[in-house]
Amino acid sequence: MNLIQEIERLQLKTDIPSFRPGDTVKVYAKIIEGSRERIQVFEGIVIARAGGGIGETFTVRKLSSGIGVERVFPLHSPNVDKIEVVKQGAVRRAKLFYLRGRLGKAATRVRERRRS
Amino acid sequence: MAKAILGKKLGMTQIFATDGKVTPVTVIEAGPCVVVQRKTEAHDGYEAIQVGFGQKRERLFTKAEKGHFAKANIKPMRYLREFRVESSEAFTLGQEIKADLFTIGDKVDVTGKSRGKGFAGVIKRHNFNRGAMSHGSMYHRRVGSLGATDPARVFKGRKMPGRMGGERVTIQGLTVAGVDIDRNLILVRGAIPGTRGGLVVVKDSVKASRK
Repeated sequence: MNLIQEIERLQLKTDIPSFRPGDTVKVYAKIIEGSRERIQVFEGIVIARAGGGIGETFTVRKLSSGIGVERVFPLHSPNVDKIEVVKQGAVRRAKLFYLRGRLGKAATRVRERRRS
Repeated sequence: MAKAILGKKLGMTQIFATDGKVTPVTVIEAGPCVVVQRKTEAHDGYEAIQVGFGQKRERLFTKAEKGHFAKANIKPMRYLREFRVESSEAFTLGQEIKADLFTIGDKVDVTGKSRGKGFAGVIKRHNFNRGAMSHGSMYHRRVGSLGATDPARVFKGRKMPGRMGGERVTIQGLTVAGVDIDRNLILVRGAIPGTRGGLVVVKDSVKASRK
């Protein structure tokens, strides 16, 4: 098992900021269009982090003109250029799937965590 | 010469390509294997090499085994397997076979012993479909008809429940996704038979080399 972790470790990113479910983040995702490459920013609330090691993913949800949009990013993917924590949220559970049932303002409202 | 090496399945993980594409890989600790014996046409009737791999505690080896390894002047090893070669002349006793045998992109066949599933029913073992679980159906996961009444017997080869797994399985045409010579690792794209820690044989792909 150790050798596997060793292989994974080489690919893990080291520059990932610590963020939790409830935080608002900006994800700089690389998009490849033919031969061109550009960066698209996806900003929203982290509603889940799943998995561990090289396979870890996180789910970001935002409201785009009233419609909920969720994207799942592999945390260590080279296509995730940068993650920026905009706001820290205070939540009491690890998966914020209850936000899916909310509309309008309530869907984006998460209490802010006091910075320690 | 056909390339072959013994290894230990370590488990699975994934690797990212630079464009973000993920390749699922199985990590195999391959070798180092040592040539223990050469079999020749003149002496044994066929050409082959016997290779050893892995460790086990010294006192678990029988005297006969120790003697066999002593002949080649090497330490006793856990597994012994034979590979057919065109001419065993090309090998010397004690010669090491390492993971650098393969490079990225090679097609290989991987042989292992599949995980034992115990006494399995016909759905798991032969991919039968199941009956309805409700609506008054009492036919859930059964075998079904064994054939017509006329022959008054069941034909041989009828698919029925029984022991499943724990047998020799070869997966053909897998691609080598990576080789780590320092750590004796071969990364193969996809899944291979067996449990973690199980012995596997990695060989040159039969089908790819025929082209």
